[in-house]
Amino acid sequence: MNTINYMQRTRDLYRAQGFDKDYVWAKTDDIPFSTLDKPLKDCTVAIVTTVVIEPEIPKQMRAAASYSFEELPDRPDTDELAWDKITTNTDDRQSYFPLEVLEALAAKGEIGGLAPRFHFVPTEYSQKNTLEKDAPAIAASCLEDKVDIALLVPL
Amino acid sequence: MCLTAKVLEEAGITTVIIGSALDIVEHCGAPRFVFNDLPLGNPLGKPLDRAMQRSSILTALSLATEANQAGSIILTGFRFSESEDWKANYARVDESNREELLRLGEENRKRRAMNNSAGVNRK
Repeated sequence: MNTINYMQRTRDLYRAQGFDKDYVWAKTDDIPFSTLDKPLKDCTVAIVTTVVIEPEIPKQMRAAASYSFEELPDRPDTDELAWDKITTNTDDRQSYFPLEVLEALAAKGEIGGLAPRFHFVPTEYSQKNTLEKDAPAIAASCLEDKVDIALLVPL
Repeated sequence: MCLTAKVLEEAGITTVIIGSALDIVEHCGAPRFVFNDLPLGNPLGKPLDRAMQRSSILTALSLATEANQAGSIILTGFRFSESEDWKANYARVDESNREELLRLGEENRKRRAMNNSAGVNRK
């Protein structure tokens, strides 16, 4: 299997765009690991996405936010996110947002339930904003919703 | 997403990332990762392929219950197409788009500078 080297591609792309500093990806040396204390059939599952739900907010102002599923568009606008627009499409929401499958699993009792809210995390240039603002806001919402498992699905 | 996963795990929440950028997740380090070798845009499975999408989600849930150490990665083995030619498409830089990319970068820098001077950014 010949996987794509996205870090090198991104560096090459930014250099071609005339940026003189390479992006530096985060690196976690000591990865925390929280295990479940209950079976899957009792677990509440939340969805975390990079899909923009409020495109009217300017990109550089966007912060993490939690939404009810009524606020999820059938066809979210994915244009500004970086994905392979030559090869594929994002017309099928289920290819990047796992709502329907989780609902079906909850209905069958295979998971305890779907959390009442899903969470948007902006694709932030600033790791400090992610670590100190966005991720803690999502963690607080998840704790309020008694979430056991979060599925993080970046586009 | 790795940093978000880190903060959620520290809060006691079990996380699984499902995505298509193996090198980035391996570099950053994630508690649990389901890797789909698909184009960016369809991390759960090909458009309209319900079986592939469902399988990716079930794999992630089983990883949530069964993984016993940080850095657990499952490769689903799904393919986008028989051919792997699509892998050359993303972020391609060649003579056909070099000028356009420079122009886009220039626009981007101007927009950022304007936003910064107008105070349009996160505090």
